[in-house]
Amino acid sequence: MTDAPLHLAVALDGTGFHPASWRDPSARPTELFTPRYWADLARTAERGLADFLTIEDSFSLQTTSWSGPDDRIDQVRGRLDALSIASFMAPLTEHVGLVPTITPTHTEPFHIASGVSTLDYVSRGRAGWRPQISTRRVEAAHVGRREFPVIDPTAPATPEVTALVADLFDEAADAVEVARRLWDSWEDGAVIRDQATGRFVDRDKLHYVDFEGRFFSVKGPSIVPRPPQGQPLVVSLAHSRVPFEFAARTADVVLVTPRDVDDVPRWVEGVRTAERTVGRTGEPLRIFGDVVVVLDDTVDAARARRAALDEADGGRWKTDCQVLATTPDELAAELMAWAAHGLVGFRLRPAVIGRDLDAIVDGVVPALQRAGRFRTAYEPGLLRERIGLARPLSRYAATAP
Amino acid sequence: MTDRTKQIILAAYFPGVNNTTVWSDPRSGSNIDFSSFVHLAQTAERGKLDFFFLAEGLRLREQGGRIHDLDTVGRPDTMTVLTALAAVTTHLGLAGTLNATFREPYEHARQLATLDHLSGGRAAWNVVTSSDAFTGENFRRGGFLPYEDRYERAREMVEAARLLWDSWADDAIEADPTSGRFLRRPPPGAFSHHGPQFDIEGHFNVPRSPQGHPVILQAGDSDGGRELAAQTADCIFSRHSRLDDAQRFYENVKARLTTYGRERDELKILPAVSIVLGDTADDAAEQARHVRRQQVSPQTAILLLEQLWNRDLSAYDPEGPLPEVDPDVSSDSIIKGRTRMFADPLKTAAQWRELAEAKHLSIRDLIIETTAGHTFVGTPGHVAQAMDDFVQRDGSDGFVLAPYLTPGGLDAFVDDVVPLLQERSVLRTEYTTTTLRGHLGLGPARRWPTTADRSFSAAGGS
Repeated sequence: MTDAPLHLAVALDGTGFHPASWRDPSARPTELFTPRYWADLARTAERGLADFLTIEDSFSLQTTSWSGPDDRIDQVRGRLDALSIASFMAPLTEHVGLVPTITPTHTEPFHIASGVSTLDYVSRGRAGWRPQISTRRVEAAHVGRREFPVIDPTAPATPEVTALVADLFDEAADAVEVARRLWDSWEDGAVIRDQATGRFVDRDKLHYVDFEGRFFSVKGPSIVPRPPQGQPLVVSLAHSRVPFEFAARTADVVLVTPRDVDDVPRWVEGVRTAERTVGRTGEPLRIFGDVVVVLDDTVDAARARRAALDEADGGRWKTDCQVLATTPDELAAELMAWAAHGLVGFRLRPAVIGRDLDAIVDGVVPALQRAGRFRTAYEPGLLRERIGLARPLSRYAATAP
Repeated sequence: MTDRTKQIILAAYFPGVNNTTVWSDPRSGSNIDFSSFVHLAQTAERGKLDFFFLAEGLRLREQGGRIHDLDTVGRPDTMTVLTALAAVTTHLGLAGTLNATFREPYEHARQLATLDHLSGGRAAWNVVTSSDAFTGENFRRGGFLPYEDRYERAREMVEAARLLWDSWADDAIEADPTSGRFLRRPPPGAFSHHGPQFDIEGHFNVPRSPQGHPVILQAGDSDGGRELAAQTADCIFSRHSRLDDAQRFYENVKARLTTYGRERDELKILPAVSIVLGDTADDAAEQARHVRRQQVSPQTAILLLEQLWNRDLSAYDPEGPLPEVDPDVSSDSIIKGRTRMFADPLKTAAQWRELAEAKHLSIRDLIIETTAGHTFVGTPGHVAQAMDDFVQRDGSDGFVLAPYLTPGGLDAFVDDVVPLLQERSVLRTEYTTTTLRGHLGLGPARRWPTTADRSFSAAGGS
């Protein structure tokens, strides 16, 4: 168990996760919105044999403020649609999984299901998505369908805010449920092309999903036939009880953010408790640790790089997960130590896309390989199967009498 | 007719989900697998066509309360396919039908701007709306759009999208590590739009894309639709493929442009056409008959007849005579998920009976005779000449080629007709521009007036 090969995902966002990353000489800030840039990142992730890559997204400009856009001109602003980037990457790669962030708070569940299903077709079974709720008032105003209050996450939550956030997770859970039903709504083998009867499909194998929830209803069936994976991968990032329970209800993979190796058991237990609370059945969540990495030849050099990035940004940068500034070998050792407490893999967020992504691929991956803890080549197969999940039958498939 | 020779604009339509797409042919491939889309798009690019065109489905069609099973069923998501195609093509425009009823401007404009970035300026959007509650059942807002508001929704969606596309200055991004300035000034993308359909404000998060504005296509044919196209569109996807009819449509639409201060060549008119080629005229005609019989199977003949009769006709023999009972005009259409096709069913039925009697036609023969046939049938030389004549005589500015086979339905055209059009100097031999606006000869996108708060003031839909 503890010697099992690890899973590794790489996270892509702009020029990297550190807000000063674009100023690093290895970054390519002028190419951020070009096809060549994203094509290169996809190929780099695949060169590193990553299980999958993720692409961040949101319905607003990046900002340092909780209430709306800020006045900074020294950080990257602007981003492309993540599902579209993933789809663009699909024909340029053969193996790496493609997991865009999509926001069910604002994106229609039917469009999400069709989009991810189609991503699964264009990638031949490598699609996933990371549902992310939006609580920001400015994002709701961009869409124009409802109004949210300004929420300051550093202040104690009011009952209204707690209720709103709970509702948004419930709504997102409904969206995932709808997507999963739609993906099953065409049974495998529904397309028959039967010359004798003139029928293209066997309509008995197409099913209305008839979802009716508190927030929306969707009739179905899907417009897209059942995708190659049957059920594309659902990945969820979670930091506390409500999102743990959301992940336990909806996801295949959960990303958690321990501080250090001693902190890992608490997070694993939090996930397992949530699974029991919601009565999850079937496969348990695959738990990945999620960290930002700053990598260099020595630990001192890595720390100095981190300090330089922080200084360029005007202060110590903190984010929602641990920032590990170290060497590729030390990082590999750290990941293996964390994994011993119940993690099956990691998502690595490069502080700088450029050198830190390269260091993951050219340093961390070989170190894990030398330890016998990471693949040395891709096996053929679906993204689900790579994570250890079988391709499920459609829930609507008639069971033999 | 003008003195100069017009270049022919050509688009390749990916075969859709009605009976004109022949799935029963042994050469028919998948309508879903990405390889089919790659084949058609790369064939179109090999032929130096202007753009690839993919329609959209948001609800499976039904007839008589059951999912329609005789035609091709199922489609992938339009935007997802187009962005994937951006990775495997270099010059071809990428156009998609996207329904404005079930989308909101911010996300929609982002996705199109993203496609424009990732394709280097090749994105296009065919604007459609839907007012039917049937399709609305798949969306959180349901069937909320009154029929008479559909053009207003389309117009306001285009306006809002263009406002968002204009919200970043061309030079908003400096990205100079030395100065430490990523942006020239903060925060970019400010917009505000308050109209009957959309009430939105804030900051758009995609920088201005290579084309500025992706190319806008429209297919509206009613007076309101033509007016909307004259006001807002770059191309019209038209159904007028008979020359005399096409010339009237062409003149009618072009004449409307002056009202909006636009030049005649700022709006391109592109009818959908179907082409059948043969080694000889007889061979092509025979091939065309064969395809028509594939398109109208016995079951499809009954089904299409039911669309006019609005009744269950499953008991009738497709090789027998027309029903004696009249069409049911009292109840709702039995067809869901596509447009109503006949304005006056009783009148059409009378015409069909007359025709069937005169020519001794069975139900199937009659359907083959009366539903859309092929536009250009003949040898490659004949077809090239006919297409050229059609355009030079102002029937159109080009064509949307609608093959009946997936994915190889464009192969013969590109192999055999394209070189002849190139010889006639009416089709490029190499791409000379990199963006779709460039291919179409459209100027750079004009920015909307940059007032701080642009309240919606357009007149309502006509």
